[in-house]
Amino acid sequence: MNKNLKIFTNGIITENPTLRLVLGTCPTLAVTTSAKNGIGMGLAATVVLVCSNAVISLLRKVIPDKVRIPAFITIIAGFVSVVQMFVKAFAPSIDKSLGIFLPLIVVNCIILARAEMFASKNSLVPSVLDGLGMGIGFTCTLTLMGIIRELLGAGTIGAGFFDKCIDMANHLTPMVIFLLPPGGFFVFGMLVALSNAIAKKNGKKTVDRIGCENCPSRAVCDRANCENEEVAVNE
Amino acid sequence: MNKVTAITSILLAGILTNNMVLSKFLGICPFLGVSKKVKTALSMSVAVTLVMVIATAVTWPIDTYVLKEDYNYLQTVVFILVIAAIVQLIEIVLKKYIPPIYKALGIYLPLITTNCAVLGITLINVRDGLDFVSSLFNALAAGLGFMLAMILFAGVREKLETADIPEFLKGLPITLIAAALVSLSFLGFAGIGG
Repeated sequence: MNKNLKIFTNGIITENPTLRLVLGTCPTLAVTTSAKNGIGMGLAATVVLVCSNAVISLLRKVIPDKVRIPAFITIIAGFVSVVQMFVKAFAPSIDKSLGIFLPLIVVNCIILARAEMFASKNSLVPSVLDGLGMGIGFTCTLTLMGIIRELLGAGTIGAGFFDKCIDMANHLTPMVIFLLPPGGFFVFGMLVALSNAIAKKNGKKTVDRIGCENCPSRAVCDRANCENEEVAVNE
Repeated sequence: MNKVTAITSILLAGILTNNMVLSKFLGICPFLGVSKKVKTALSMSVAVTLVMVIATAVTWPIDTYVLKEDYNYLQTVVFILVIAAIVQLIEIVLKKYIPPIYKALGIYLPLITTNCAVLGITLINVRDGLDFVSSLFNALAAGLGFMLAMILFAGVREKLETADIPEFLKGLPITLIAAALVSLSFLGFAGIGG
């Protein structure tokens, strides 16, 4: 039981998918213009992550190794379509603000990476717990980023989430730049710096590049970077 | 004449105002992962552009004539599978018929299946209800925009390697802040092309 608990908390703090593994950067930057969008995106991804981890872990002995990535993508795409229909039916405002990033959960590296790294090697219960932990970690970071950007950029907290949102605009001039793309990069950069500082204090290794270590296509990228170095030497 | 104006405006919007990476946040992984050298950045973005245009040329007719309104909930599943298949096909065809191009771009192709920029642009094209020709140009513009962002950023990163950076920002944080500044400069294009 203790081991399972560890797998669960692993995704929330030690291996937080956005801040520690640096996966799924695209939705992290794109949808976090408000806390509500952050929660919506996080929960949608969590549902897909838990379901796909469960199914992939059950099928791990059936799927041939050579076609595992296409098989994983198909399974994930199926769950994404289900979630998409649910969100469209029950939370149309979230569907509208997440827009294209809802179907793009299919290619979210967190989900494929967990399928490849964890679910395809472990049994059902740990895989579901891993998916749940990672999903909650993702949701928390997205919400935190949403809160920061919404507060600095629009001067509100939880707009559209509570009936009467807290309006800070009287005390602080909203800086619209935080709602625009540069604000996304900047806030994320600062959060990574903060998480690095905490990691350093606790004697953990800091993150110095995007989540290549945990990316399913890492080998390809490495080869691409390497090959160019060789070419440069030959020239 | 009108057609030319429309296409110019699509190209301008795709490359500058609605830049794929810097304002739509699609394809961040290659943008941060494969942009250490200008040359790598260039090959990667040529491969992405190629796949984007071909993927749009295939998915647009499928969506319009096969899925139509009735089955558009299948968009996500169908598009990702079609893109995965196309990438494989392109790889095989290039390997057989145009080996020099395969040698230059081949290693980037497997990366592209799970690149959100490619699935993203095909979905954007059908969601915005663009016609076939506009879709193709929109995909081309998105690819060129991706290329511009990659090359500019690779240039910035080559300079960053020798820069004096505060200890706590070293590594990924400074890369993200540099990306914020590049993206800030692209805000200056707002309003061009529509």
